[in-house]
Amino acid sequence: MSQDIDSNWNPLTLIILIIVTLTILIGGFFLLQTMQNQKILMTLTAVTWGLGSVALLFFVLNAIAESMPRKVRSVSVAVVFAGPAVLMLLWALVMPTLRSLRLSFADANGNGFVFLDNYKFAFTDPIMLESFRNNLLWMIFGTSFCVIMGLIIAVLADKSRSEKVFKSLIFMPMAVSFVGAGVIWKFIYNYKGEGINITEIGLLNAIVTSLGGEAQAWLLMPFWNNFFLIIIMVWLQTGYGMVIMSSAIKGIPEEINEAAKVDGANAFTIFFKITIPYIMPTIITVTTTILIFSLKLFDIVRVMTGGNFGTNVIANEFYLRQFTYGHSGQASAIAVVLLVVIVPVLAYNLKEFRGREVLK
Amino acid sequence: MKAKTKTIDVKKSTAGRVLIGVTLVIIVLAWTIPTFGVFVTSFRDPKDIYASGWWSVLPHKDLVKSDEFELPADMDPNIPIELEGVTAEFQEWREGIEVSEGRTLRWYGNKRSRKIEVFEEKWIGFGANLTMQNYRDVLSGGTIDFTDADGNKITRQGNNFSDAILNSIAVSIPATIIPILIAAFAAYAFAWMEFPGRKPLFIMVVALLVVPLQIALIPVLRDFTRWGITGTFMCMWMAHTGFGLPLAVYLLYNYISTLPRDIFESAYLDGATPFVTFVRLVLPLSIPALASFAIFQFLWVWNDYLVALVFLGDKNRVVTSALAAMIGEKGQDWHLLTSGAFMSMIIPLAVFFGLQRFFVRGLMAGSVKG
Repeated sequence: MSQDIDSNWNPLTLIILIIVTLTILIGGFFLLQTMQNQKILMTLTAVTWGLGSVALLFFVLNAIAESMPRKVRSVSVAVVFAGPAVLMLLWALVMPTLRSLRLSFADANGNGFVFLDNYKFAFTDPIMLESFRNNLLWMIFGTSFCVIMGLIIAVLADKSRSEKVFKSLIFMPMAVSFVGAGVIWKFIYNYKGEGINITEIGLLNAIVTSLGGEAQAWLLMPFWNNFFLIIIMVWLQTGYGMVIMSSAIKGIPEEINEAAKVDGANAFTIFFKITIPYIMPTIITVTTTILIFSLKLFDIVRVMTGGNFGTNVIANEFYLRQFTYGHSGQASAIAVVLLVVIVPVLAYNLKEFRGREVLK
Repeated sequence: MKAKTKTIDVKKSTAGRVLIGVTLVIIVLAWTIPTFGVFVTSFRDPKDIYASGWWSVLPHKDLVKSDEFELPADMDPNIPIELEGVTAEFQEWREGIEVSEGRTLRWYGNKRSRKIEVFEEKWIGFGANLTMQNYRDVLSGGTIDFTDADGNKITRQGNNFSDAILNSIAVSIPATIIPILIAAFAAYAFAWMEFPGRKPLFIMVVALLVVPLQIALIPVLRDFTRWGITGTFMCMWMAHTGFGLPLAVYLLYNYISTLPRDIFESAYLDGATPFVTFVRLVLPLSIPALASFAIFQFLWVWNDYLVALVFLGDKNRVVTSALAAMIGEKGQDWHLLTSGAFMSMIIPLAVFFGLQRFFVRGLMAGSVKG
């Protein structure tokens, strides 16, 4: 585009600009290291330096590109525009995927070649089998609860006058971190132990004891504790499904519902014969998204039980293998398994997604 | 059409509407009570938290200690004891017996104490004992003291949440804006510039949407360790930028490629360079898309735990790792855990309620994130 415009950069300005930029880039980094004791100043400096140097870098690179000979100028400018993103992606995702693939065939320290040992571990070790079973529970029960609850709430809220308030409150947990949600639910499941005149301060045990039952250590109950963790995910993710399905329900032409009502259809017939078939593509998108989410789930288990008491999941075992046992080969093999399972689901989701209009 | 359906809805059976309303209220209560409980607890005195559930701040009828008296020293606690007309074993007295309407007697402590506490049923909870001390404690980095339910003085090392919040800000703001800036430049190039390899590179971006984060963690960590920058803000910016870019480029491309061609042609005729066109035209016109992605990415980075855990470790802890560490160290210090949890939620909740519309849009678009 710019081949007709002459460079307005004189070489001296350009050189000074480059030197100033490099000084800021490198100087800022070391300046930050000296500020450990003045937190507020450090935060402000970090933000300004981080944003400033990226903006400056683009400005300088563009200036260099604009000073190129006309023949290559427009390509150089394009390289400056697209280059940083492409380089970042190569470094952060493309190369790591290949490196993880190689590591998954190497020993604990990433050396040598151990053939399929790490994959044998990933598919046969008892702890991995337990993780697979639990992830399956998360995928089946977590996903279906999220989708069904989200759908029910979306349909009911659609008929209510205070729709916005209801939806907003159900959606709110989406803004909360999994660690924060962990505190919220640990408090619900809190168990004080046995003894005389103990007041349970956890809501679930208080309800159980007030109904005449006995207080339980919910998170230590083998097998069933998985479901107490899954409830947390349902609490977090239902809002997501609800919001997306709700907007799909709003897209159903009124004429169809009207015609059904005239023909004498009741609310249930309309729900099963019109609403669900009409928004089926959206339901599938939501389901696959939550499926992938539950497959990669890490934070909830990490914070609530650390994967103990029979609640381990694949992503937590990945973390444990790498950082607790220091075995990058086994950890990489788990990551590769995760990638292989996720790719087809996500690829399908993406294909559906591309047909939709985005951000307009 | 919309107005017509509203009138039909109003005419519909009121019973049905009430049923829907009640169901929704029950669901919403179930959804909000967990957060509400933590919110209330964060303002309660530590002593009260261990002694009673948070719901006891709500007005309710409960046994309240009104008096206590000592039994004579010659009384044998090993035989049935008679008090105010009721005879029972020590063990039963220890659990408490209602001797008359609304009056319960309870043996305090072991057999040697000989102390009897009198409880009466009363309406309480109007004057809950609320405090901001928990928040002051959790923000502090020094030592903190509190009294537990049994009256023991406990001293703990604070978790320094004020630093964690500053660290989170220092991580989140650049980790939100840097990927947007880089992605916007790239999206513009992919949409409106000619250069070799444009199509395959864009396909690569789309393909990377499906790569799960876990696969990149170990190699990227190895790079950071080799360069000696683990634990710095810069490595968090780089990691979040790399992991956030595919989605950012993809979404911004979708938006920028639909901008009308005319504006670029007239800018070109006016002699604007691509850089000027980008800064003066493309960025301002893309604000809706930039805002949606910004909110999505900000909440994602702020709430992220895995990336922070791996790349920051114990240095420069962000709120999620500070809170997670606190769960590990202080599992039963609920006054600190609850106020810490709320400190970590304030900013995302403010962003959420203030900019919900943009967030929903970003989320719907971001549902393919890998």
